[in-house]
This record gives sequence, C-alpha cells and structure tokens, in this order.
Amino acid sequence: MAIFRETVPRGVVAKLYEINWSIVLLLALLGLTGTAMLYSVADGAWDPWASRHVIRFAAGIALMLAVAMFPPRFWMGLAYPVYLAALVLLVGVELFGHTVGGAQRWLEIGPVRMQPSEVMKIALVLALARFYHDLDPDKVNGPVGLLIPAVLIALPAALILKQPDLGTALLVIVTGGVIVFMAGLSWKIIAAGAGAAAVGLPLFLAYGLEVYQRRRIMTFLNPEEDPMGAGYHILQSKIALGSGGLTGKGYMQGTQSHLNFLPEKQTDFIFTMLGEEFGFVGGIAVLAVYALVLANVVAIATVCKSIFLRLVVIGVGTTFALYVLINAGMVMGLLPVVGVPLPLISYGGTVMLTVLIGFGLILGAHIHRNAEPPRGTGLFG
Amino acid sequence: MRRDRQEYDLKFTRRALLLSGAGLLAFGALGARLYTLQILESERYRVLSDGNQFSFRLIPPPRGRVLDRFGEPVADNRDSYRVMLTPEQAGDVSAAVRRLAGLMPLSEDQQRRIIDTARRGPGFRPVLVAEDLDWETFAAINLHAPELAGVSPDVAEVRDYPFGPAFSHVLGYVQPASEEQAGNDRLLRHPGFRIGRAGVELARDEELRGAAGSLKVEVNAFGRVIRELPDQSIPPTPGDDIRLTLDADIQRFATERMSGESGATVAMDVNTGEILALVSTPGFDPNLFVTGISAANFNALQNNERRPLFNKSIQGTYPPGSTIKMIVALAALEAGVMRPEEAVSCRGHITLGDRQFHCWRRQGHGRVNMRDGVKTSCDVYFYEVAQRLGIGRIRDMLQRFGLGPAPDIGVAGVRAGIVPDEQWKRARFGQGWSLGETLISAIGQGYMLASPLHLAVMTARFASGRAVNPVLYRDRVPAEPAPMLGVNAAHLARMHDALEAVCHEPGGTSFALGGLGIPGVRMAGKTGTSQVYSITRQEREQGVRTQDQLPWRLRDHGLFVCYAPSDAPKYCVATIIEHGGGGSRAAAPPARDILRRLIERDPSGREGDLARIGAQRSREG
Repeated sequence: MAIFRETVPRGVVAKLYEINWSIVLLLALLGLTGTAMLYSVADGAWDPWASRHVIRFAAGIALMLAVAMFPPRFWMGLAYPVYLAALVLLVGVELFGHTVGGAQRWLEIGPVRMQPSEVMKIALVLALARFYHDLDPDKVNGPVGLLIPAVLIALPAALILKQPDLGTALLVIVTGGVIVFMAGLSWKIIAAGAGAAAVGLPLFLAYGLEVYQRRRIMTFLNPEEDPMGAGYHILQSKIALGSGGLTGKGYMQGTQSHLNFLPEKQTDFIFTMLGEEFGFVGGIAVLAVYALVLANVVAIATVCKSIFLRLVVIGVGTTFALYVLINAGMVMGLLPVVGVPLPLISYGGTVMLTVLIGFGLILGAHIHRNAEPPRGTGLFG
Repeated sequence: MRRDRQEYDLKFTRRALLLSGAGLLAFGALGARLYTLQILESERYRVLSDGNQFSFRLIPPPRGRVLDRFGEPVADNRDSYRVMLTPEQAGDVSAAVRRLAGLMPLSEDQQRRIIDTARRGPGFRPVLVAEDLDWETFAAINLHAPELAGVSPDVAEVRDYPFGPAFSHVLGYVQPASEEQAGNDRLLRHPGFRIGRAGVELARDEELRGAAGSLKVEVNAFGRVIRELPDQSIPPTPGDDIRLTLDADIQRFATERMSGESGATVAMDVNTGEILALVSTPGFDPNLFVTGISAANFNALQNNERRPLFNKSIQGTYPPGSTIKMIVALAALEAGVMRPEEAVSCRGHITLGDRQFHCWRRQGHGRVNMRDGVKTSCDVYFYEVAQRLGIGRIRDMLQRFGLGPAPDIGVAGVRAGIVPDEQWKRARFGQGWSLGETLISAIGQGYMLASPLHLAVMTARFASGRAVNPVLYRDRVPAEPAPMLGVNAAHLARMHDALEAVCHEPGGTSFALGGLGIPGVRMAGKTGTSQVYSITRQEREQGVRTQDQLPWRLRDHGLFVCYAPSDAPKYCVATIIEHGGGGSRAAAPPARDILRRLIERDPSGREGDLARIGAQRSREG
C-alpha cells in the first residue's frame, strides 16, 4: 500500500468540508436566475411560479447535500433495485398514466405526481455505472459487456418512446451511450454502430415516429413555411431572442413574452424570455454558467478513483448537459420543439428534483473520490 | 494490474477530454447561434417583434355638420354610449350575448342578429351590440366589463338631426354602408361609421366624411389591446361642415304651417336664387334611420298614402295649372299678338270644333282684358291667347322661366318637368299635336308638369326679371347677380301689377287672403288648381257637386306662387297642397304665412350675424 494514500473523509463535518462549493454556488446562481425569470413571467408577481420555484430549489439543495453524504457503496447497492423500480413505474405509466397533451408521462401515487421517465434518467446512470464497475475491464467489448448495457438502455428508451416522448427517449439513449463510450467501448464497435445508425435512422424517421413528431421535425426544418401553425412557436421564439439584441429589452420589459406571443414561457421557453429581456449578454452569461458547471463535473469525474463514481458523474453530467443543449437549441431554432426544460431555471418540480439529486451524487462522488468500493458479485451486493 | 489500471485511467481521461471537446463545440454552436440571432439579425427580428406588438386601429373621422345659412347645425353629432363585442375575445358568442341580455334590454331578434353578424365576420372585428344606451345601463355594463370577455363599452358619435322631420328630405340620413359598398374599405366596414343615404348627406358625402385616423395600440398575441399610444397616432381629419342656404327658422315654420297636409313649399331669394326653405310634408324623423329603423316603422312610412319618404318639393311633378298664366300673358305681350287693353268675352266656355273648353267660372267673366284675365284667372281669355300664340311661343317663354329641365341644386332626385310641344308629343306618343292641346297647355293643364322647385324658380325669375338659378349651398351662391332675362321691362311691370291685383283687388283670386298682413308691404301672387279627377255626370246626378264630397285622393291639387314686397321683390314662395282643393283656398294661406315670415325675418338681409340672431332667438324662445 502506498504511503501517500489519499483518504476518504469520515463523518458529516468532514464530508461537508469536502463539498465542492463552486458547483453549489453556480447551481444557486442558476436557481436564482430561474426565480427572477419566473417572477417576470408572472408580470412581477411571486405567484404562481417564482415563490414555489425558490422553495423547491432550497429544499432541493438540502436534499442534494444530504445525498452527497452517502458513500458510493450505498448507491451501488441501490443501483439495480432503483432501476427495476423505475422500469416498473414506466410500465405503470403505460397502464395507468395521466395523459397530458397527448402523451402519458405522469403517474399519481397517493399525493405524489411524478414522471417515471425522470426517475429513470438517474436510475439508468446508476445501473450502468454499477454494471461496468463490476465488469472486468477486459470484457467491456465482449458479448456480455455489449449486450447487457444495450438491454439496460433499450428497455426504458422503448417504454418512454411509447408514451410518446421522443425528447426524453433520445436523452436516455444518448446518456446511456456516453456512459458506454466512457466505459471503454472500442472505436471499431463505435464505427460499426455509427454505420448501423446511418442506415437505421432514416428507417426510424420514416416508420418509428408518431405523426405529430414527424410534423414537428418538418416544421423545425422550415418554420417560416407555416407561421401561424406548428412553426409558430419557433418563429416567435426567434423573434423574441433576435429583438432582444445585445443587451435586451430590460427586466420585465420583454414584449414577446409579456404579450403572450411566446408559448410555455415558464417552462420550455424561459431561455427565450431571458434572451429577450437581457439580450445576448444575458444569454451568453447563462450558457457560460452551465458550461462552468459542466467543466467542474468533468474535473470531478477525472479525479474519481472508482469506475462507478466516474461513470455516475459522467452520466449525470451528460444528462444535465443534454437538457441545456436541447432546450437552448430548441428555442434558438437549432433543434425541433421537444418538451425539454432548462434545468434549474424552468419551472417544474420533478426535473429540479432529478437534477439536484443528480448533483448530490456528483458532489458525493467528489467527497468520496478516493473510495474504492470492491467489485460486487451479487445483484444487491 | 497496476499498468492496466494506469492505462485504463489514461483512456478515461482521454475520452473525458474528447467529451469535453464535444460539449465545448455544442456550447460554441449555441453561442454562435445566439450571436447570429441577437446581434447579426437583430434588426430584422426587432421589426417582426414591433409588428407583433403594435397594430393600428382605425379611428373614424367625426362627420362634418350641416349648417343652416346662419351656422345653426341642422345635422350634428352627439355622443352615443355603445357596447361592442369582439367575437374572438368573447369565445362563446351566444353565451356572451345572453349574459349581456341580463344587463340591458336585448330582444330575441336583436340577440340573433348580433350572433349572426359575429359568426359571419372575422373574429377580430368588433360587432355592435347596442348603441344609444342610457347612462345607467351603460354604467352597469362598464361595471361588469372586466368579467365579460370581449365586451367593450365605448362612446361613439352618432348623427343627430335636431330639427327632426323639418329637414328630413333635404338632409336625407346616414346609415352603415352595405356589404357591397363597403368591399374591403376598412373605414366603411367600421361598425361606427355611417355614410349618407339621401339628400345632402348623400350629395356631399365625400366632404362630410373626412379622413380616418389611426391609433397605434399595443396588442397581445390574442389581439387584445394592452395599451394605446396616442403620441404615435394619426388623428382623424374631421369632415367639412356644409353650409346650406336654408334658414332653419323658415324651414321649421313652413313645416309646422303645412303639418297635416300633404304638400310642398319652396321659398327662394328672388335675386340670388338661394333656397331658404325646401319643405315636403309629411316628413319623417331621420334620427330613426341612424340607429336602424324598425321594419314596422319603415313599412308605416312606406305605405302611408301621403308618401312621407317622397320629397314632393323636388321629386313631385304636378300640372302647374293657372300659376303659369302670367308667363303665357307675358309671351303674348312679347310676341305682340295681344294688346293689354284688348278685351275677350268670356261666357264660361268656348267651342273649338266639336269640343267645348270651359272656364273655371261656369257663368263666365264677361269682357276681360289682360290684367283682368290674370287677376281673375279667366281660362277663356287664355284660350284666345293660346290660339294666337301657338304652342311654340308658349313653350319658349315657359322654358325661359325655368320650366322643363331639372334644376341642378346639388342633390340627387331632382325631377325634370314637362313643357310639351309638337315634337315632344310625337316623340312621346307618336301622334300629332292638336289645337285643343295648345289651349289646355296655356292654362297649365294637360301634359304640362312642374315641380314646386320649378314653380319657385319661375316665380323668382318673374319677380326679379333675372335668370336666377336655385342654389342650396352657401358655397355655390354666385358672386355676380344673374343676367337679365331680356324681357321687356314694361311688359314685366304690367304683369307684376296684375299679380299684385290678384292679392289686393276685389275679384282677384286670392283677394280673400287679405294680403300679407304687414302694413306697407304688398304682395303679388297667382293661384292655381290642378285637376286630378273629373266629376262624372253620373256623380253629379247623385249629388256630388264639390271637391269636398270626393275621396281625398281624387280631389284637386291646390297651388299658389307669390312674392313680396311687390314693388321691390325679395322673396318668393311656391306651395302645393296635394288634393287640397283650389289653390286660393288650400295653398294660398300657408304660402302667404311663410312669405310674411320671410319678410319679417329677412334672412338675406342679415348675413352671418350669428351672435345677434342667436340672442334674438333665445329672447323669442
């Protein structure tokens, strides 16, 4: 054993001391930005969004810190059960779910209304990380190492796609794919997969999509074709952003937002409103904060000793990055309109909970970066 | 194992860097996109944003007023409290109308009409629910307006005709433009906008309309107005005021004096041609048309046998009867076919071929010279004149005095009269002219037709000796006096004397009137009767001897033309009372009263002195 063996802190105080406070600070900045924007959405009122957002955010931060205290062993033990539970919930949505806007996404259990697809985002990351942690690194490109992760990803992706929620399904697939890639997938297989995708994607677009999903993609490709129809949202969003200019129209002065030309501005289109009211300066600043958070996440991943923690950090970070990229890309007209919120700024409880629990795991990984939990053998080992 | 681990770590770090690079690229793409949108293309999107944010609402211009010669408004605008409904904002239109019906009186019919209109038009165009609401109802709706989506109470201007029926025919009225007329004209489609439908309102519509302004407003995505920006709006240009030559006081007086009768009166300044009164009775209340006349009211007007919708003063043409006799006599003097002193013997009728031509006085007038012939209106005298003149010279003189073609007074519907001759009859009936028709024409019967306006022009020309033309608008009064008619002044003077005798000498057909009733001022006039129906022999045997025993619609029309002062003519009046019996009895008294009012008030002698007139009026009132 080495002389300069880095230690794992023990006890809550020691662990709190090891918290990566720069991430917490950046997250707090985002949460408060969201609160301020939601205050503006309501035309200068705390109700109905801003007050709840800030309360949820405060509770979420506390939960995040609590999650960070648990050692990696705890999460490894939970990985498969949580994954299974999330899978069951997704099937439950299929059977008993609430339909919102033509898609079944919500499940009501007692007083709790939840989106199992959100739970799955964390669960899949944990399950895949656990799987690779337990796997002999030499077998990553073997039959077991390829097949099991493919099934772990494909099952939830198929169920989510059936809701139908194309955006989240893609998000789950890409997150899983990034984990598989980081686990050491060989470039040969990547090349083969890319070739298969080049063949399969057109087929999927032609046969695997709902009519509304295909129309969304078509209108995304040419929004000005149909300005009052499906392309309306994208066009109005671009008008709002563009008219914001360099410094924006001023806080609570966004005409596009306040005159209701923007749809769902408290959720999916909140970045548009931010861009309209604070201009290019505001938009870039927010993107920079997200980028800084992600840089910190990657840094944490590289200092983690265990495969489990590295992959958890990368997985959660990827999900977070995808949220930001898809949402911002969508409101700027770079991507089709898919219902993906801007994490921590958009209004919405489940997503905020998912993201902050995810960051709890990342902060926990940072605290326990030197821990080297043994490879498990059993399913719950 | 340790080497493996190190290699594995290295591989992970490499891939983490690769992933970071991909992330950086993606964030870079977002930044670049943001730069394109917000910096490079900002101007374009700002224009689109303004287009979203602002729209222009049409402001209808206030309609110009119509004023009488002294500036008193006879067609004005007043505030009307209205309720509008914007279907798009209301959502369920029928529900909104039902809720409104709880706040204000709205009949089932009206509700249906509103719902129909709302469904037909595009949803963003407001539909008029009701106007002219009283203040309490309007206040109640204002109070509830916030809960009634799409309902907007507002104040608009509506046309107001303060004199009601007195000016009904002259002014006409205003109504919303029809669907065809409106086309795509935003102003004509505006629910509060009205266009002229008849009379002066129609004739001078373009000037009265003015030009629409536009109000810049901020709207939200649903078209609801958030804010008005009056600083950046273009105010409407109000329509021009139109000033008439009419005197509101004379017009009203004449209307009242003739109430109960079906008839018309035209009063003119004999020297300028300015029309001072243009009255047709019965009239109607043009205010009824402004807010939409009910079918029942309209039918009542339409089916009334005294034709209130018909402007008898310019559209009604009647045989002028004896009112043209002084012109025929003048033609005889001018042609030199009759010496003034030459006497004709009247035995009540003459025989021409196998036909008898009667004088109105069955027992005859005895020996009659020209002055007596006019004074007593002896038909037999004029049969003799007619035979000597021939129809051509009668026609020429009557046309010189304005009969025949329709005078242009700047309103639609002025009817031409008829001054018949050989050519006219051949063209009209394809038949030749008979001498008997010349005789009948000389006493203003037969084919001859003239409107009250024609008769007023004839009287004005006769009184002034000038070729005056009738004028209805102050801005069209000619600056120069009208040219002389070119009639021998001595001949004209003889005729003036004869018409004075009609009113002031025993035996004159309107001697019974007792003159003008103003000491020192004498009048001149001529009666006329135009026959509508001949009492048959059978009826005569059954005891029907007088006009009074006939049904109203078969009785003769009474006519009277007059002017005063007779020594220096200033004003003339031509009056017809439909089915009123003889002119001396039915038409002369109201015409005389109107003429007296003109002399007393002397509207031409008090140009534009509004303040004094106003003060005087309030003292009188």
